[in-house]
Amino acid sequence: MSKKRPAAEYQKTFAFHFFRWLSGVKDPYLDEVEMHPQKEFQMDPEAVLRHEKEHDAILDKVYDPQRNMEMKLFRKLYHATSIIFCLFLIALLLVTISWLPATGTIDRPANNEVAKRYIEKGLEETGAVNIVAGMILDYRAFDTLGESHVLFTATITVLILLRLNKTEKDEAEISDRRFEPKNDAILQLVATFLVPIIIIFGIYIILNGHLGPGGGFSGGAVIGAGLVLYLNAFGFKKTERFFTEKTYKWVCFFSLSFYCLAKSYSFYTGANQLHSVIPKGTPGAILSSGLILPLNIAVGLVVACTIYAFYAMFRKGGF
Amino acid sequence: MTAFQIILMGLLIICAVSVSFSKNLLNAILIYMSFSLVMSMLWICLESPDLAITEAAVGAGITSVLFFVTLKKIRAIESTEPEKKEEPKDE
Repeated sequence: MSKKRPAAEYQKTFAFHFFRWLSGVKDPYLDEVEMHPQKEFQMDPEAVLRHEKEHDAILDKVYDPQRNMEMKLFRKLYHATSIIFCLFLIALLLVTISWLPATGTIDRPANNEVAKRYIEKGLEETGAVNIVAGMILDYRAFDTLGESHVLFTATITVLILLRLNKTEKDEAEISDRRFEPKNDAILQLVATFLVPIIIIFGIYIILNGHLGPGGGFSGGAVIGAGLVLYLNAFGFKKTERFFTEKTYKWVCFFSLSFYCLAKSYSFYTGANQLHSVIPKGTPGAILSSGLILPLNIAVGLVVACTIYAFYAMFRKGGF
Repeated sequence: MTAFQIILMGLLIICAVSVSFSKNLLNAILIYMSFSLVMSMLWICLESPDLAITEAAVGAGITSVLFFVTLKKIRAIESTEPEKKEEPKDE
């Protein structure tokens, strides 16, 4: 064991000075080097005025359409070209449309064996009464997984673009409080009645995705709209009780990874001709059609959270 | 195609044209909202209620709300309240 040194003796050693310098506690130039007080650089006001005048004079000379003939010609040419371009584009699109086969004819490329299979065997193979849900969450579930990830990536990009640091966040909070109307009695009363109905309707759309029109994306969008209305009526204080950045992160993470794992399982069993243990159930019952109901719930959660997050970030730059 | 669908199509074209000719940004958003509503009715006529629900929720609801927030942020919408002075308020 080393001997314990008194503090006064330690402060004379090289190690003490070195570590003090290293940690930046003491500036070695302070109080030891004579320094002039520095002023902020300021331009001569006359020079500023002169520069502005010159700038304006140049602008007047260049952008004066009366005297500058080139400019005049260019403007006329610009207008004429834009009109010609628009007409050309419209004509091109109309000609292209006239080449497309008419809707509903039998020799349309969409009327192939794939569509026939979906319609004839869709109920039997997926167990979903709603053929659209069977298509997007069973036959083409890989596309839907990509779509959910696109949405998630879009939120992350918006988060990066609109991200604020700590001081900016406080300022944003204050300006948000100043500019947004708070405690509006009419809005609050309407929201108290409407928000539960909207959210229940969204849940109904999600849970009935395999039985009737609807599904994860539309139901999630409805729930998100309800949350946005609630936020507008009651402010961030109320919504932060149940929805913060952490909630968003974990909900998205669990939903997307559940989707990945569930679909990986069904792809694996399907590709290897194995028997899947997930029961199809009787068509028409709420607990039927295998994985479609849980997948709908996962997609709905991601979409609802993402829409709320979009709104919160556009309005305040964060949650 | 029934007469109702033709009327809806006409409304769609009128909305689409008047969005681009409206000078007021707030009006443009409101017309865009009605465009989405007409579109969702057309989806129902074309027998795709799935799309109709999504169009009504996303097109008429969320997109326009995001537009409103953006316009408010860039001060393009005049606030109904008189603008308060920049005095810091005690929180």
